Amino acid sequence: MISLTINGQRVEVEPETTILQAAEKLGIFIPTFCYDPELTLVGACRMCVVEVEKARALVASCCTPVGEGMVVHTDTERVHAARKANLNLLLANHPLDCLTCEKTGNCRLQDYCYLYGVSESEYSGDRKNYEPDATNPFFVRNMNKCILCGLCVRKCHEINGAGAIEFMNRGFDSKVTAAFDDPLENSSCVFCGMCVDACPVGALTPKQGLRKGRPWELTAVKTVCPYCGTGCGLELYVKGNEIVGIKGDALSPVNRGLTCVKGHFGIDFLQSPERLTRPLIRKNGELVESSWEEALELVAGKLKEVKGTELAGLSSARATNEENYLFQKLLRSLGTNNIDHCARL
Amino acid sequence: MTNSIGEIENAQALFVIGSNTTETHPVIGYRVKMAQKKGASLIVADPRRIELAEYADVFLQLRPGTNEALLNGMINVIIQEGLADEGFIRERTEGYEEMAAAVLKYTPEYVEGITGVAAEDLRQAARLYAGADSAAILYTMGITQHTKGTDSVLAVANLAMVSGNIGKPCSGVNPLRGQNNVQGACDMGALPVVFTGYQRVDNEDALSKFKKAWGVKLNSQPGLTVTEIFDSILQGKIKALYVMGENPALSDANLHHVMEALEKLDFLVVQDIFLTETAALADVVLPAAAFAEKQGTFTNTERRVQMVRQAVNPPGEAKPDWLILQELAYKLGIEWHYETPEDIFQEIALLTPSYAGISYQRLEEEGGLQWPCTDGEHPGTPYLHQGKFSRGKGLFTPVEYRPPAEEPDEEYPLVLTTGRNLFHYHTGTMTRRSNGINAFKPEEMVQISIDDAARLGINEGDMVEITSRRGHVKARAAVTEKVPPGIIFMTFHFHEAAANLLTNNEVDPVAKIPELKVCAVKVEKTEP
Ligand code: SF4
Ligand code: SF4
Ligand code: SF4
Ligand code: FES
Repeated sequence: MISLTINGQRVEVEPETTILQAAEKLGIFIPTFCYDPELTLVGACRMCVVEVEKARALVASCCTPVGEGMVVHTDTERVHAARKANLNLLLANHPLDCLTCEKTGNCRLQDYCYLYGVSESEYSGDRKNYEPDATNPFFVRNMNKCILCGLCVRKCHEINGAGAIEFMNRGFDSKVTAAFDDPLENSSCVFCGMCVDACPVGALTPKQGLRKGRPWELTAVKTVCPYCGTGCGLELYVKGNEIVGIKGDALSPVNRGLTCVKGHFGIDFLQSPERLTRPLIRKNGELVESSWEEALELVAGKLKEVKGTELAGLSSARATNEENYLFQKLLRSLGTNNIDHCARL
Repeated sequence: MTNSIGEIENAQALFVIGSNTTETHPVIGYRVKMAQKKGASLIVADPRRIELAEYADVFLQLRPGTNEALLNGMINVIIQEGLADEGFIRERTEGYEEMAAAVLKYTPEYVEGITGVAAEDLRQAARLYAGADSAAILYTMGITQHTKGTDSVLAVANLAMVSGNIGKPCSGVNPLRGQNNVQGACDMGALPVVFTGYQRVDNEDALSKFKKAWGVKLNSQPGLTVTEIFDSILQGKIKALYVMGENPALSDANLHHVMEALEKLDFLVVQDIFLTETAALADVVLPAAAFAEKQGTFTNTERRVQMVRQAVNPPGEAKPDWLILQELAYKLGIEWHYETPEDIFQEIALLTPSYAGISYQRLEEEGGLQWPCTDGEHPGTPYLHQGKFSRGKGLFTPVEYRPPAEEPDEEYPLVLTTGRNLFHYHTGTMTRRSNGINAFKPEEMVQISIDDAARLGINEGDMVEITSRRGHVKARAAVTEKVPPGIIFMTFHFHEAAANLLTNNEVDPVAKIPELKVCAVKVEKTEP
């Protein structure tokens, strides 16, 4: 174990631990843009800089390993000045349309500017002027807001493997694009949505939630994806009686926040106008709406007419355990074991 | 799965057979790719050049329907080259001699003749798999949806046992379950022969336990499977069918046969969230709540029981399935008094030893729990068969290769194999009604090899007609290197081009699973 001091508090950690992780252990907050524990460390944004005694320059805490006896300060004037300068540079070419930006309230650039009191840039830089890519049905890419943290690129290459997006050009013209700067729709993108969840700013925005609610108006409900047997944890963001956003649940041991297109973008079938809303009964060959009372009476009457094994039931691999349990309980109670579901298909 | 999803990443070798993991179980697919990047050997066996083939150390592109020959061949190499785990075989298994005798003739050269896989590739695959300290097998319907699926499953078990790759972390046999709660539906006894937790209906003790708990008379005669149910309807032995959240009119093999059965019924009641192809044939349709509109639990493919929580209200008068069932039971003179899904779960835990230690309270506090979880202190079971198999000793079963029920001939010269794609799900009931997904992937694209397409004068995007002995459908062609000559691939997501009008309903004699993965067809260019 290695012992070090952060802001006057001693902590013991495994070798190979980074300063950022050691600080996390103590509950000390350090701002980050380009860091994600599941991805390679690139140390690109330098938002996480801290002061280490005896080191000449500030160090990026996300990719600096701890050392025995190290003395670290995370909140000195020098650190704050560096972070402010950093934010100033980012704001110099960031569109400040927070009033309508979907990310407001959930944006790390906004949060850190608030934290360090940066309201507008001291530099007057050129604004980027790219056409947002809104051609695909799932999310909008507005590279004018991109702060080049690279999280999306690494998610796409390191976790998904699709490798649909890359950095293009250098310096001010540096930009994250699909190959040949084509719309994402024509790339190898499989619309897993993981880049969208990773983006710390408003550069990647799901279409489903556009102008449907501010983060603080939404309730997060943790549940399980209704599609494949992997059983990924999802967070559904709800306003009123509508689901306006979906993210992978980072705390689920199954998927640790990862998703595919079905879980991330395929849940809107719930709101389909084709949903059944009333029982239907066949009358003169046509299915017509009825009351629950009439429908259940009819079903019960018919089921009473058949004898034991003349009845069969198909239960559902999409219903809950409780419902499958009751289904077989009901049919077996009526004297039949002719119960199956489509596990075999 | 005998292992957990989280273990995949740390396995030293992974053998993926009959599973297009990156499309059918994408998040598990990410883990397979991560494992490979961390240095795991990856062996992939599939008739199609699926995405994982690009990451594989060895890719075995076998002919459809030849899994058992391939698996026997790997076992043959493992034994011949002294890679078998003799200690494991001696201490933990029985029946080795018979199995070893049966694989004797499956030399790599003999197997090459059946599967089309080069003998040297097979040797290489066997060495990588058996030589690793931990090795997990992943498979899906590519193994089971055959008339000899049961044999393939046994051959997979033989392979794992002969190399001692089971009952350890990152080592095991992992069928990836297709649908979100198919594991749970099985666990809950939505099967003809068992109550919850696989307690047989013809077992005296189980029967009397459930009789007592439910206060009803019960039938000890095992029931019929889904394929048998449709046959019995046509024979007039089954008169009424209750379908909850399934769509056999699109998912089952040989749809004509299924439709005929559904139409012959005296009474069909369907409970679903949409007017599915099946519901459209019903006498009564009951509107159900969807997953985000109710509370309950799902059990995923790694046996993890997880909380499903309500986010929004069901539309109109739709109700959760459990409530509908309780109200219907009441009308049938059966009184239940469940106020919440939790009440039902408590009853399940009481009657099901593998779920006995699971409660809503624990699920809320600890997150998901993996069964077996036998008491309130039990932490759950990340991997199965540690130290000992459920039946005591692991049993080797000799398996012989048999050809598929239908092979290509002059009239139907191509093999159709079916499956899913990344964007859609099952019969498309949900994904076809997701605006984004349906806009992005609105129609079926039949995959056909470059050679076959050239021979038949078919270009990318052309409309083609596919015909089998049972029916015909039209769809657009995708000319691709993913399928080899002689094979075409379709999904079963699209009712406009229902692949199951073509597929063969011949079933495996034991598991009664139809041969959805192999049937003979012909393809012709046609007008849209
Ligand atoms: S949606 Fe997924 S595949 Fe597409 S660019 Fe983002 S991370 Fe890559
Ligand atoms: S789009 Fe977002 S995640 Fe990607 S580099 Fe830009 S700021 Fe980072
Ligand atoms: S998010 Fe994708 S991989 Fe995860 S459970 Fe849903 S469908 Fe399966
Ligand atoms: S978070 Fe450390 S350099 Fe970006």
